[in-house]
Amino acid sequence: MMPTPADGDWVAGTPPEALLSNEDAGRVRRVLAKRRKTVDDFALLLSPGGEQILEELAQTARQITLGRFGRAVQLYAPLYLSNHCVGLCPYCGFSAKQSIGRRTLDVGEIEVEAMALKETGMSHVLLVAGESPGRLDIPLLADIVRRLKTMFCSVTLEIAPQDQPGYAQLVQAGADGITLYQETYDEQRYHRFHHRGPKADYAFRLGALDRAGAVGMRCLTVGALWGLSPWRSEAYHLGRHARKLQHSWWKSQVSIGLPRLHSVPSGFDIPFPMADRSLAQVIAALRIFLPDAGLVLSTRESPVLREGLVHLGITQLSAGSKTEPGGYTRAGQSGEQFPVTDDRSPAEVASSLCALGYDPVWKDWDPAFGRRQS
Amino acid sequence: MADPLIIAGRTFESRLLVGTGKFASPQVMAQVLELTRAEIVTVALRRVDLDAPGDALIDAIDKQRFLLLPNTSGARDAAEAVRLARIARAGGLEPWVKLEITPDPQSLLPDPVDTLLATEQLVKDGFVVLPYMPADPILAKRLEEAGAAAVMPLGSPIGTGLGLRTRDQVELIIDQAGVPVVVDAGIGLPSHAAEAMEIGADAVLINTALAIADDPMTMARSFRFGVLAGRGAYLAGPGSTSRRARASSPLTGFLR
Repeated sequence: MMPTPADGDWVAGTPPEALLSNEDAGRVRRVLAKRRKTVDDFALLLSPGGEQILEELAQTARQITLGRFGRAVQLYAPLYLSNHCVGLCPYCGFSAKQSIGRRTLDVGEIEVEAMALKETGMSHVLLVAGESPGRLDIPLLADIVRRLKTMFCSVTLEIAPQDQPGYAQLVQAGADGITLYQETYDEQRYHRFHHRGPKADYAFRLGALDRAGAVGMRCLTVGALWGLSPWRSEAYHLGRHARKLQHSWWKSQVSIGLPRLHSVPSGFDIPFPMADRSLAQVIAALRIFLPDAGLVLSTRESPVLREGLVHLGITQLSAGSKTEPGGYTRAGQSGEQFPVTDDRSPAEVASSLCALGYDPVWKDWDPAFGRRQS
Repeated sequence: MADPLIIAGRTFESRLLVGTGKFASPQVMAQVLELTRAEIVTVALRRVDLDAPGDALIDAIDKQRFLLLPNTSGARDAAEAVRLARIARAGGLEPWVKLEITPDPQSLLPDPVDTLLATEQLVKDGFVVLPYMPADPILAKRLEEAGAAAVMPLGSPIGTGLGLRTRDQVELIIDQAGVPVVVDAGIGLPSHAAEAMEIGADAVLINTALAIADDPMTMARSFRFGVLAGRGAYLAGPGSTSRRARASSPLTGFLR
């Protein structure tokens, strides 16, 4: 019998500021030489001392990535089902306060979008929807998953946090994974950005991937939205969260998404903008601390940066993404969540990976996995 | 053929099996295959689309020359592995399967219980089953009894390149085996492959070490010779080794 996790079972806690602000590169070198890395070692990898030897971190991360994942990068694309959202997240294009064209695709429209996406070669699809109770409930989402599983080798979802029975229904329908970003692990700051509506429940969000893991969801993807809080302590919490998930749900593949705020709605200033160099340090540190975790980078980032960061440990890239519902067949008719910075087609992303010496992997999963009945 | 490897009645000259994951491209993989002189090549079913014509990975392998051995990489339990194998056979592949059941996507270590269950089922279904397994001598015998055509104990965890860390257990498996023993996973260097062959393994399977070498072609050749050297030494019957000196002119020879 699987244990049932309580909401907020995992507690973020206080980050070890003394380690995160370490300026001694020698201490970080000693961490690199250790076989097993503790969470304190991880904090040191993230420290200014780590930044001083970023190239050494990067070289180490690359060797680990090659051994574990080889010269392969998996491609995926999001499919936006709806931009209706009751959330008031000031950094998001779907915020209820934004006056944009709103749309929730019906099942027929979703299938048309899926066909168009499939024609680009995509076989891994991430279904994305804003939080809008009553529009896309779990039975409907389960029906959509069931239909899309006949077209794609892997169907994962990025939706509002659900209760355990909700995740169980999605697993039963064939869902392969859940992506859920905590936005920020700093609880006080979290409440500043999400003070009303269902998203105000920090603990319910924090416990969501445990609830999904408990019912056998195969892929669990965590993340923080870089820019909302100081990046070192965010990365520290994120790494601990991912490791906790690996230990608790040992049959699930844990991955880490790395969304960074660039372009935000007017009237919102990014509180802690994150530099490229810092993102690179986070990626290298995460790879060294968690050699087996998938690391995911979206089209929020530029082609040059994405290509560079593949060498440091990125294992999954989205490509050809449209971030509005209906974007693959009728672009420009409704509002997008964020403007993509890398607008190359999947084929272009794939050929650039080849040129870098990586194999773009379109299919790395099989519909035979996870089905409950033969 | 002086020293063939025989698996399920089929004869192979090469004792080096090659995996196809992690390469920079299907073209590099195909060249590496060529240079290793391998005859058995394993392909993850999760990576190929048997319904779609023109799968790049499958097309890069000359099916006339290589036995394409599908593997169930990613399967979490016996049911998934059995399902995958059946789909592969229905998709036109030969009924051979390299059984991989790895419930922990972090360590990718094989599940002994479900590996045995799936072997029993697939043998019943008429498959030639080559199970990837923990280096456990009792499990090896149980798999053999269940009808496995070979056993594939790991040298060390996949992708680590740590070499034959399970040497003592693998030696016990070899001592008792009635089917070929193929050391799979963890072989990082030609010297590791040679070591496995020297202690009497029938073959080795190499993937990561070839795929991520700076120069995969040179590494492919080196592994070919590593396997040949190890096999040759095994057949030659090495003198026993000792940690202590053995004088060629005995000190006690004068005693009557």
